[in-house]
Amino acid sequence: MFARGLKRKCFDHEEEGDGPLAGFRAVPSYDLQRQSLLDMSLVKLQLCHMLVEPNLCRSVLIANTVRQIQEEMTQDGTWRMAAPQGGGPAPLDRLVSTDVLCRSAREQEQGQPGPEDGSFPKGFEDGPAAGLTCDVPSVTVAQAPRHLPSSSSWDLDSSRESRGSFQKSLDQIFETLESKNPSSVEDLFSDVDSSYYDLDTVLTGMMGSSRASPCDTLEGFTPLTAAPPGPGCKADLGELDHVVEILVET
Amino acid sequence: MAGLQSDIISTVEFNHSGELLATGDKGGRVVIFQQEQENKIQSHSRGEYNVYSTFQSHEPEFDYLKSLEIEEKINKIRWLPQKNAAQFLLSTNDKTIKLWKISERDKRPEGYNLKEEDGRYRDPTTVTTLRVPVFRPMDLMVEASPRRIFANAHTYHINSISINSDYETYLSADDLRINLWHLEITDRSFNIVDIKPANMEELTEVITAAEFHPNSCNTFVYSSSKGTIRLCDMRASALCDRHSKLFEEPEDPSNRSFFSEIISSISDVKFSHSGRYMMTRDYLSVKIWDLNMENRPVETYQVHEYLRSKLCSLYENDCIFDKFECCWNGSDSVVMTGSYNNFFRMFDRNTKRDITLEASRENNKPRTVLKPRKVCASGKRKKDEISVDSLDFNKKILHTAWHPKENIIAVATTNNLYIFQDKVN
Repeated sequence: MFARGLKRKCFDHEEEGDGPLAGFRAVPSYDLQRQSLLDMSLVKLQLCHMLVEPNLCRSVLIANTVRQIQEEMTQDGTWRMAAPQGGGPAPLDRLVSTDVLCRSAREQEQGQPGPEDGSFPKGFEDGPAAGLTCDVPSVTVAQAPRHLPSSSSWDLDSSRESRGSFQKSLDQIFETLESKNPSSVEDLFSDVDSSYYDLDTVLTGMMGSSRASPCDTLEGFTPLTAAPPGPGCKADLGELDHVVEILVET
Repeated sequence: MAGLQSDIISTVEFNHSGELLATGDKGGRVVIFQQEQENKIQSHSRGEYNVYSTFQSHEPEFDYLKSLEIEEKINKIRWLPQKNAAQFLLSTNDKTIKLWKISERDKRPEGYNLKEEDGRYRDPTTVTTLRVPVFRPMDLMVEASPRRIFANAHTYHINSISINSDYETYLSADDLRINLWHLEITDRSFNIVDIKPANMEELTEVITAAEFHPNSCNTFVYSSSKGTIRLCDMRASALCDRHSKLFEEPEDPSNRSFFSEIISSISDVKFSHSGRYMMTRDYLSVKIWDLNMENRPVETYQVHEYLRSKLCSLYENDCIFDKFECCWNGSDSVVMTGSYNNFFRMFDRNTKRDITLEASRENNKPRTVLKPRKVCASGKRKKDEISVDSLDFNKKILHTAWHPKENIIAVATTNNLYIFQDKVN
């Protein structure tokens, strides 16, 4: 449910864009999908704070999924920076279906024939069905390889901050289970609420360019730009910031 | 049709002879069914199971230190082998294990000197003669009494209990630790496995199930949320943190997705009766392992492969975290596990045939043979097939049990218990 609301927001803004964004409109990018999954996972972790002790196995599995997504986001961010200039057409034609996250890399490379081949996945046009339902037939897909060795960009300050917030949430969850001091349920909820807010804003880059890290803005833009070389990435930030602002209507 | 939350069945277990079947529920109750003794003359069917005893095993508790409730839900029941007229079972909730004695009383003393038959005390001055009380038959009464309470040994939620083949000790496992108990001693237990990291932030794996080997009293296994099974030998060291064997199937890289780890998490592990194999259940499959081969299972059965493309939705609605159990038949030739839409599956290891059946009142009249079901994964749906999209994910069969000797199975839907048996001609 949360994922649906999030996506709808994103896509509403896209309709107002033009120029370089025209092709991006209503394209369900893999990165946005992944972002939705990440957000959904974080919400699930936060919702664990109920009166009955949270299920540790579930929390650990969700936390591992979040870590996995974040690691991949990190790798992708770095990979985009290092990709060669003449890499062919911009990845605008990388159309990714709603169920890309559910299916294996091999299936995606083979593609899958469906009645809606060549058109946008139905879910995004209809709105209400825009949850992460996996029964929408896929369109042409080129899956970015996930296993590229790349240095982690967790060194960036704001990345550390977002990671810190995430770690803080995780810590809170695991601490609950073995808290040595009696803590009231209300305290638990208040802490959780504020940290989630921070995490949410940092990750979706909604707070404006002052807080958005290069890593975050790049995440949002991978389908738009031909990947610039490493040293040149900072030079593009101004343009990227501008585009982020349009997308999120700040 | 909404039933009481507290009636949700949370565990099902036959005793060693198969005569008794115990169920535990979310409300902390245990209900025991007993098989009617076969009528030797008219052996057209095996005896039916009727309620034998009902008792409240666990009550809800409140942990004041953590401000958290402790659920009374019964997570597991395990029977002890019968040694005398009484029956014994272990039942556990998240924190406390209890040993219950179930005994029958079919005689009562009559003819007290100081009491009337209804219990009122007689005026001593009216007693003129003395008599010896005698036992007279009465209606059968089944009493359950707690004989041992094994408490305060688990910080995390208990997921498994398993009685050793020595019938003197048993293990209890929670998310991070496994303890060894002696059935007679309640104030002490030995910690034999501890996977808690020094820093909880580093926690990435939990224990999901554990079981003693059926014949080797020094051997047990435990499964993890990362899809591994570790076999441990208690003779090696006091703390069995180093496994003797590690069973893990290498991941298929072409099937990798963000949900790979979650669906590899093992929800149940069961040794075969012979002790030569063990079976594990993960989200989509059942695997049979030969204890002599650690690098891959010897058999893999797909329970509901059509769900693989739905993992996103199943993650969203939390179904992906459902913990299905599995069980062997008495001869280890067939294995059974549950699925959604009140379906359950059986796999014959010899013929390699499998069948899907449904446990529901609407679709099956009593005493009729169950009709096999089929789920249509994609494409044109044939008549009588059910499409994946119309499966009811609220109707899940997590708990199943197979009679140790006969072809009688117990299948628990959310609120109901179904008992099926082979058609006897």
